Amino acid sequence: MTLLGRLDWSAVPFDQPIPLAAGALVIITILGALAWVAAKGWFPYLWKEWITSVDHKHIGIMYCLLGLVMFLRGFIDAVMMRAQQAMAFHAAGYLPPEHYDQIFSAHGTIMILFAAMPLVIGLINFVVPLQLGVRDVAFPTLNSVSFWLTATGALLVNLSLVVGEFARTGWLPFPPLSELRYSPGVGVDYYLWSVQISGIGTLLTGINFVTTILKTRAPGMTYLRMPMFCWTALASCLLIIAAFPVLTATLAMLTLDRYLGFHFFTNEAGGNPMMFVNLIWAWGHPEVYILVLPAFGIFSEVISTFSAKPLFGYRSMVMATLFICLVSFCVWLHHFFTMGAGGDVNAVFGIATSIIAVGTGVKIYNWLFTMYGGRIHYATPMLWSLGFMITFVTGGMTGVLLAVPPADFLLHNSMFLVAHFHHVIIGGVVFAVFAGITYWFPKALGFRLHEGWGKAAFWFGFVGFYVTFVPFYVLGLLGMTRRLQHYDVPEWRPWLLLSAFGIIIISCGAVCQIIQLVMSIRHREELRDVTGDPWNGRSLEWATSSPPPVFNFAVLPHVEDTEAYWDVKQKARENPDLGAEPHYEPIEMPHNSPTGFVCAFFSTIIGFALIWHIWWLMAVGLVGAYATFVVFAWRDVPDYVIPAAEVARIDRANRAARLNASSREVMI
Amino acid sequence: MLDAVFIMLAIVIPTMVATLAFGWWFRASNTRAKYRPDWTYSGRLELLVWSIPALVIFFLGGVIWIGSHQLDPFQPLASSAKPLEIEVVSLDWKWLFIYPQQGVASVNRLVVPTGTPLHFRITSATVFNIFFVPRLGSQIYAMNGMTSQLNLQADQPGHYLGLSAHFSGDGFSDMQFDTVAESGAQFAQWIARTRAGGPALDSAAYRALLKQSRVAVPYTYKSVEQGLFDSVAMQKLPPGDGPATAKSSAVWNRGT
Repeated sequence: MTLLGRLDWSAVPFDQPIPLAAGALVIITILGALAWVAAKGWFPYLWKEWITSVDHKHIGIMYCLLGLVMFLRGFIDAVMMRAQQAMAFHAAGYLPPEHYDQIFSAHGTIMILFAAMPLVIGLINFVVPLQLGVRDVAFPTLNSVSFWLTATGALLVNLSLVVGEFARTGWLPFPPLSELRYSPGVGVDYYLWSVQISGIGTLLTGINFVTTILKTRAPGMTYLRMPMFCWTALASCLLIIAAFPVLTATLAMLTLDRYLGFHFFTNEAGGNPMMFVNLIWAWGHPEVYILVLPAFGIFSEVISTFSAKPLFGYRSMVMATLFICLVSFCVWLHHFFTMGAGGDVNAVFGIATSIIAVGTGVKIYNWLFTMYGGRIHYATPMLWSLGFMITFVTGGMTGVLLAVPPADFLLHNSMFLVAHFHHVIIGGVVFAVFAGITYWFPKALGFRLHEGWGKAAFWFGFVGFYVTFVPFYVLGLLGMTRRLQHYDVPEWRPWLLLSAFGIIIISCGAVCQIIQLVMSIRHREELRDVTGDPWNGRSLEWATSSPPPVFNFAVLPHVEDTEAYWDVKQKARENPDLGAEPHYEPIEMPHNSPTGFVCAFFSTIIGFALIWHIWWLMAVGLVGAYATFVVFAWRDVPDYVIPAAEVARIDRANRAARLNASSREVMI
Repeated sequence: MLDAVFIMLAIVIPTMVATLAFGWWFRASNTRAKYRPDWTYSGRLELLVWSIPALVIFFLGGVIWIGSHQLDPFQPLASSAKPLEIEVVSLDWKWLFIYPQQGVASVNRLVVPTGTPLHFRITSATVFNIFFVPRLGSQIYAMNGMTSQLNLQADQPGHYLGLSAHFSGDGFSDMQFDTVAESGAQFAQWIARTRAGGPALDSAAYRALLKQSRVAVPYTYKSVEQGLFDSVAMQKLPPGDGPATAKSSAVWNRGT
């Protein structure tokens, strides 16, 4: 018994068919995929090119893949919750409370930390070094460690489906409910360790990208020549560096409470649970902006590209971004006006909160004026962007409404609140991620996504979103609180049914997304992007081939304007001599490294051992992780060099393809 | 609240209309729209885009400041009548309402007279909860070791749904209670009926209440030990123990 800590066969929910079936399905899928990969003999390729890769492009793609898989998992949770609330009128529904509570907790945790974060960080990873015109991030191996730690967290969360249970406390484990006394199971421990481990990964990403953006830009790229997405990525990573340590410390204190009998947040012995609420939102509110600022960056790129115009009021946009970055730290108290801090405190935080809307409002207007006088092409990314602009203004408005304390005293924790944050996070972050993935997909994989299925996915997603979440506003005004497993109020019923219908529409959108991906892969030759510039882009990522070579740019670009690549294209049109072949030089690139993967392996062991109190295993994991660190830190392998001739060969092929394509264009 | 909505709608609707209008007019296939590829800055517009949201927030800031103070739930209501004191304790997973002036208590049913200001003192004997009767107005947290206050008044007789608005564990959905607002005379009768029968709320009865359970049928106590609420709020009586066994799922009492 002590050998395995608290772990025994009762951890596997043999008596509950739903998690058991879901777990079995996941395990079969994973084993099937592994068997397929083995049969095809792809393991060496996967190991060399992906798992141990320190290339920011590959890491970015893996982040996005992880995010999409987790997004699907979180979405299935959402469907289950909608189904439960549609059924549970004067009835128990099909999910007992102890299962339903895990589902909404997992839904929130997964969607924010393991779907939205990896998707946003994945896009930052892929795009920022290309836009800055550099070869990789500042610390490539650290980047791989970041990714694998995030993957570890995601793995632990999903492990809780079949071994033990997940937290039943909501996505933020408020004490005293999350303390050992009220949550004695392993659910909260799964939450704590998966979020802690992935949180370290996120913090490392923040450090990595702030360094990259501040220190390694292409020659001539001054701060005010950086593309908007780089600015928002910088702001977001600064927020990560400032906010994630708060999360780590807060959860560490809760961990001490649970594991070593401390009393930071307990009811008794002088603990103060309100302090947890303050601290967790001191991270939690900036976290929202960590997600949404890069989303704003994506929209800036997309709207400007598809309007065939530079971004309107670039400096204003930079200012608004940094303004939001700063103010986002001064508003956390609006999450708990109803704790009764009093008129003065509530008013100050209410006003601070609505001040953030100034920055966002400026951005909306600037996008509007970017469209003004443009030639707008309605490709899928642009549809998502326009959908965002329409959706976000109302989402922002309901947010400001919740920031008015007297209104919040009626609407706090209600379905109105749930509607609001889905409005801004789906309308802002999710729409941005889809726009960004469609926009940069050809750059990442060399072929475009199928437009027809993409547009179908947009319309189903957009309409389904409104049908699902507008009823939530009504429900909130009808007094329905969130997280109810069953209810007896007849007025709520029709709106919950409507909302359940809405999620069916969204599901059609999700199916369209999957079909889009499959169709695009099957028709990749027709959709091939030979020029490297499928959208007539304006920033440097479009100056290289699709997909870019491992070194990104054969010769580092020299930047002379805000829109580096657009500028080059304009000059080349006037002066064809600029097309002359540059002077190639050998390029030094970092070796691949299994450090990240090995670290993640040992942190999975550490996390699992700590959750189940298997102390010897934890010691094994710690020793292993430390040994990995030592081996990596004392490594003595120089970077490898790609000879100038090889660089020239790769670049000539790219230039020839480009020239071919552009002469064909001229003929048409 | 409505002020705030109208102030914001005044700019949100034009913005949405402009988005659609610009998006439609400047579509690539519209040859009549003028293409201005280099129009990226206008000082006047910049001033406008910063000042419109700033002005709106300026107005809204005023609304927030005044509203936060006027509608602070701790503020007593302006009324000539003497307020009725009610003490509220959230438990796993039921509500205890103590009427200190009348010396009675009720579980999961809140009975109040109409037209009388109600002064609630609220605490929790377990995890966080929120005391909320949506039709009567504001909500406020119930927290162990702390006392929150709320001032409400029921103007119309009727039955109003009351609930916990902060998730508190597996029995959370059952923490809903019936709020009965009735005339002063009916309320007095209810007090008299309550005093006439039922158990007494002493420390033994309170310890039984502390155990995790769901209450299907509301009931009352004919008397209440003096100072019970303060003992809970000041933590002289320890909070509830949570689940009965260390093994979390399936084993323990699933309630009524």
